[in-house]
Amino acid sequence: MEARVRAAPGIDPGQRAEGVRFAAWLFVLQRASAAVLALCVLVHLATIIYAVRHGLSAQAIVTRLHASAAWPAFYAVFVVAVSVHAPIGLRAVVGEWLRLRGPLVDAVLALVAAGLLVGGLYTVLSLGF
Amino acid sequence: MPTPPDTPTFPVRIWRGGADGAFRRYDVPRRASQTVLDVVTHVQRHVDPSLAYRYACRVGMCGSCAMTVNGRARWTCRTHVDAVAGNGGLEIAPLSHLPIVRDLVVDMEPFFDKWASAKGQFVPTATRYDDFAKVEPGSAARRAIDATIECIGCAVCYASCDVVGWKEDYLGPAALNRAFTLVNDVRDGAGIARVRAIAKDGGCESCHTHQSCTQRCPKHLSPSGSIAALKRVVARAVVKGEL
Amino acid sequence: MRHNDLRSRDHAGYWAFVVHRVSGIVLALFLPVHFFVLSRALASPAGLDAFFAWTSRPGVKLAETLLVLALAVHLAGGVRLLFAEFVGWRAEGQKTAIAIVAAVAVACAVLFALNA
Repeated sequence: MEARVRAAPGIDPGQRAEGVRFAAWLFVLQRASAAVLALCVLVHLATIIYAVRHGLSAQAIVTRLHASAAWPAFYAVFVVAVSVHAPIGLRAVVGEWLRLRGPLVDAVLALVAAGLLVGGLYTVLSLGF
Repeated sequence: MPTPPDTPTFPVRIWRGGADGAFRRYDVPRRASQTVLDVVTHVQRHVDPSLAYRYACRVGMCGSCAMTVNGRARWTCRTHVDAVAGNGGLEIAPLSHLPIVRDLVVDMEPFFDKWASAKGQFVPTATRYDDFAKVEPGSAARRAIDATIECIGCAVCYASCDVVGWKEDYLGPAALNRAFTLVNDVRDGAGIARVRAIAKDGGCESCHTHQSCTQRCPKHLSPSGSIAALKRVVARAVVKGEL
Repeated sequence: MRHNDLRSRDHAGYWAFVVHRVSGIVLALFLPVHFFVLSRALASPAGLDAFFAWTSRPGVKLAETLLVLALAVHLAGGVRLLFAEFVGWRAEGQKTAIAIVAAVAVACAVLFALNA
């Protein structure tokens, strides 16, 4: 049986320091944004159920948002957290179920994040002020 | 022991060939207290000597006989036919997620390569001139090790993990579980290098807590728990700038 | 190499993952639609009210209820994972936790459906 030559250890590109930090930070941001969203979604669900009980209308939404500066601030935080959380989650789905990975995928997801951030903040600002 | 002539048989489908192989049907005598390993051995000894399979201790200690039985990875020496076949048949295949050498034999090399990649080896720091290390058995770290150290590297968890199947570079439950025991070992000298090894892409963050590993581990370990703990270690390290 | 099929996946933890992932995908796809519809409220509150009238149709009400279910199950499941990962792991307790997640999510969806 021929001798097997093992690849030299330590040349694994996944172990380059920046790559490791990137992976670790993505994980931390995903969980941190999840914690923020846990609170935001709880409030959002309660608001949705309250709103449908008392009749849903454009005027009602706008009135509520103008009632206090806390509402636009709350939704702005919500949008930022979602813009971080959703793309990182999609990255795992796309990598595992569509087998698409690499810098191009990350770039597209960064664009998704930017889109959610801009679209969401535009919605909050235009409705709240 | 020769089989009595009118022993009832039952259908057994066994994977033959490589990755592009197929199941072949055998009618095997059904006997009391029969294990799946008994079935495979019967086929190899009395029906087709070219059947390739692995076993060693046949008493549930070595993990060599792990195969996929009716879709689930298990030790065949510890699996009674009655428990898995019922009134139906058996389907015996090699472990999932590892290259098939032939029939029921898989190449375990990728499994152990990932073990090494996760820095699953003890890194000594003491010399013969140092006193014995004093490890408090009741300490949280040692109790964490005790709960996870009994892994014998049988690859049942690795074969059961769907993330391993979806992501080629995922280190897998066994490698991460072993890394966890060493992270908790006060004598070990690998330090931050091991944390980096399990923090990289394909490391502990790839685990989605399916718990198939914990569900199927024949030694009732919980790699899921070890991996969750490693996630805390990584989070702490990267936030503190130690990574 | 061979891959697993459904036989190795028939346990609570796996299906909890599938529900979490599918609900996440649904929500991620819904978000841009959500932002668009809401931003229209400024452009035309009357148009938005017409939209709300459309949403009172039973088929749409069902879709909305499913969205609320998706949101609630993703939230509750996510909280379960945050607890398991950061507060402490309890392998034996996960089946109970999954059951609670399902109950909370269904309760939210029913509460919404009955009020909508």
